[in-house]
Amino acid sequence: MGILDIVHVTKRFGGLVAVRDVTIHVEPQSIHSIIGPNGAGKTTLFNCITGFYRADEGEVIFNGEPIHFLPPDEIARMGIARTYQNIRLFANLTAMENVLVGMHPHLTSWLIEPILGLRRYREEEARAREEALQLLAFVDLEDRAYFLAKNLPYGEQRRLEIARALALKPKVLLLDEPTAGMNPRETEETMDLIRRLRDELGITIVLIEHDMKVVMNISDVVSVLDYGEKIAEGTPAEIQINPRVIEAYLGRGAATGLTPAA
Amino acid sequence: MGGFPLRQSIRYGLLAGVAVLHMSLVGMVEAFSRREIVKDTISMGQLLLILAILVLAYVAARRAVEQHPLYAVFSGALVGLVAGALLAVLALLIKPLGMREVFANASPRLVKILLFDEEGVAGVARLLAVMTASGALAGLLELLPPRVRRPLVYALLATLTLGLLRDIFAVVLPRKVSRFLYTSSGLTQAGLLTFLAMWGVVFTFWETLGVRLQREVRSLPPAQQRPLQWTSYALVAALLVGMPFILGERGSYIFEVLDIVGIYIIMGLGLNIVVGFAGLLDLGYVAFFAIGAYTMAVLTTPELQVVRAVIPQMTFWEALPLALLASLLSGIILGIPVLKTRGDYLAIITLGFGEIIRLLVLSDFLKPYLGGAQGVTGIARPTFGDWYAKDPQDYYFFILIAIAIGFFISVRLKDSRLGRAWKAIREDEDVAIAMGIDHVATKLTAFATGATLAGLSGAIFAAKLNSMAPHSFNLLISINVLCLLIVGGMGSLPGVVVGAFALVGLPELLREFAEYRLLVYGAALVAMMLLKPEGLWPETLHVRELRAEPVKVSPVPAAGEAPGSK
Repeated sequence: MGILDIVHVTKRFGGLVAVRDVTIHVEPQSIHSIIGPNGAGKTTLFNCITGFYRADEGEVIFNGEPIHFLPPDEIARMGIARTYQNIRLFANLTAMENVLVGMHPHLTSWLIEPILGLRRYREEEARAREEALQLLAFVDLEDRAYFLAKNLPYGEQRRLEIARALALKPKVLLLDEPTAGMNPRETEETMDLIRRLRDELGITIVLIEHDMKVVMNISDVVSVLDYGEKIAEGTPAEIQINPRVIEAYLGRGAATGLTPAA
Repeated sequence: MGGFPLRQSIRYGLLAGVAVLHMSLVGMVEAFSRREIVKDTISMGQLLLILAILVLAYVAARRAVEQHPLYAVFSGALVGLVAGALLAVLALLIKPLGMREVFANASPRLVKILLFDEEGVAGVARLLAVMTASGALAGLLELLPPRVRRPLVYALLATLTLGLLRDIFAVVLPRKVSRFLYTSSGLTQAGLLTFLAMWGVVFTFWETLGVRLQREVRSLPPAQQRPLQWTSYALVAALLVGMPFILGERGSYIFEVLDIVGIYIIMGLGLNIVVGFAGLLDLGYVAFFAIGAYTMAVLTTPELQVVRAVIPQMTFWEALPLALLASLLSGIILGIPVLKTRGDYLAIITLGFGEIIRLLVLSDFLKPYLGGAQGVTGIARPTFGDWYAKDPQDYYFFILIAIAIGFFISVRLKDSRLGRAWKAIREDEDVAIAMGIDHVATKLTAFATGATLAGLSGAIFAAKLNSMAPHSFNLLISINVLCLLIVGGMGSLPGVVVGAFALVGLPELLREFAEYRLLVYGAALVAMMLLKPEGLWPETLHVRELRAEPVKVSPVPAAGEAPGSK
């Protein structure tokens, strides 16, 4: 039993089976990568975990509790945060505000407290701002706190999205292609950041990634999806020599990074 | 003339021509001519024509100046000439072609106006001369350095506005001064020169000293800025509160207008929370205004025997909290089913809700309770002991307090946890949910807060009018409030005030043009969206907080691959 168990999950869209009977156990404080060719159902699986899609069959169990029937905001509050393949920041809010929105479940004020300017509210806000600055510092964005998210360069937007997800204080963090569109140096930095999330903050990472160098470098376990089905699972070393994986990738002529030499 | 943008100038000229032809044929020019902006010099109708030329000639000149400075003047003049020629053709053809049968407004008077009270060739020559000169003037304007151009343009605009708003200022000023500056419909020539000189000095001053002062204040540390800020707030507040006392009886008309603007500002502040902060497009906002107003009316009127038999007649102060409660509850009740929908669907449903409320208050079925088509009269006025509100000035204070409350609530909520949740939902609802925000509760709170402010506005409106008719609560009010937000700048609090004055105050002052109100409205909104989509006074970030870093950031694309590619 892991911290996050995806048990026989199936998701259909009309006649198309996007995810078919997938079972994945994610161990606590591990980096668990999910790879597969385009359209293999990776992001759909993320959406099933976070509650944006309801799985047609199967269960998602988080920390021993089934969550597949809960609304997405409740799942988020339980401690599952995510980032998006195409960055989805709150573009017209500042970096600071983005992080503060992520803290939403951990704050308590609502309508009356801010209007009356109660002391409890003011102290809570001050603490939250301080914490947000620390989170921004963690991803090396503290000097960008009052910039609008949309004005940040691409790499910083990716990091801000991670900081926002961290603000939720998640136990499990789902990262959807965090290094997409990055140059080698930025990719390297992001890999360090992901390791630090696990080692310093003790967060379990589930990672969708196309960059095989990243996957093979930082993953503890790799699960491979193809056409919605899990075709392999194991350590990076095992996956690299798995014939079904090589076939799935090479068969479509897209597996340059998969050769053991890489 | 190598490089002279001939075709482009003619194109702008034709554009200006179409604009002035249109304004002439829909009757605007004639209707507006009744008001003289400057005695014996220029009427509002002529001003309208010239303004159209000025704007388009300026745009044309702006492009032409890139080839050669002088081209700016030529290009502007050409725009004026082409547009003037089109007008001249119209003026000459109206009679021989019998155009009046098709265009009711193509009257002999229009011809007279267009030809500047002259006939035949002399009139055409005069028209062409004025139009060409206006165009050339716009071109010249482009050649001036911005430091000179800006004060000049502002001074002209301010002076014309003062002429246009004669009804306000002529009454307010001491009689002798007023006689000197104003005629019965506009400025005297002496007034024109006085105001031009005055504004010229003011704006020149502002361009040089004012800007520098502003920069210096900005560069002060926040701790020193704050007292200055508070002083300016206090000054504004003192002015707002003191105005009725300064103006006394003379100000009745002004306060009549200010009251209406104020009622819209309260509504605007409420809708700003719903649309500006939370991004929920509510087209039926008038419903909450109506609910506030009707609750006040039904609870305080001595009529409506059926209701009086059950609920005793209340005073204004007893009914006010109930009116607020009623609008708040209606906001929640409507919100629950509606807020699961998004965007267009939400807009349509709220639109329907607004109409339902209007039809309910109109209906014969509910007549014993709500007064039906005749409405309700005898609504209570606010009282303090023996004193009761009767003049527009008295209600002005109530409205001022309500606006202050609305402002206060908006400012406090804007950067709170709730305000951030609203903005997050506005930006991307799915992601906001993924951040653990309860979107239904959050949207419901926005809806209910907005509805309560509308209810407050409605309750004051009802008390102010003393009587109410259901037709005061039509769709146009929702649209008006939404438009004033758009014009002022979505999500911006000062924008609400600016928008309300521009879209409610101005038309109220220029009553005789009510016919063209919607036409101008439409044109203004289109122009707005094209030229300044962020609004007249857009929401700004706290410059204070940005000061740590240079304010301007240009996004640096990541080295390597382009964003979004894999």
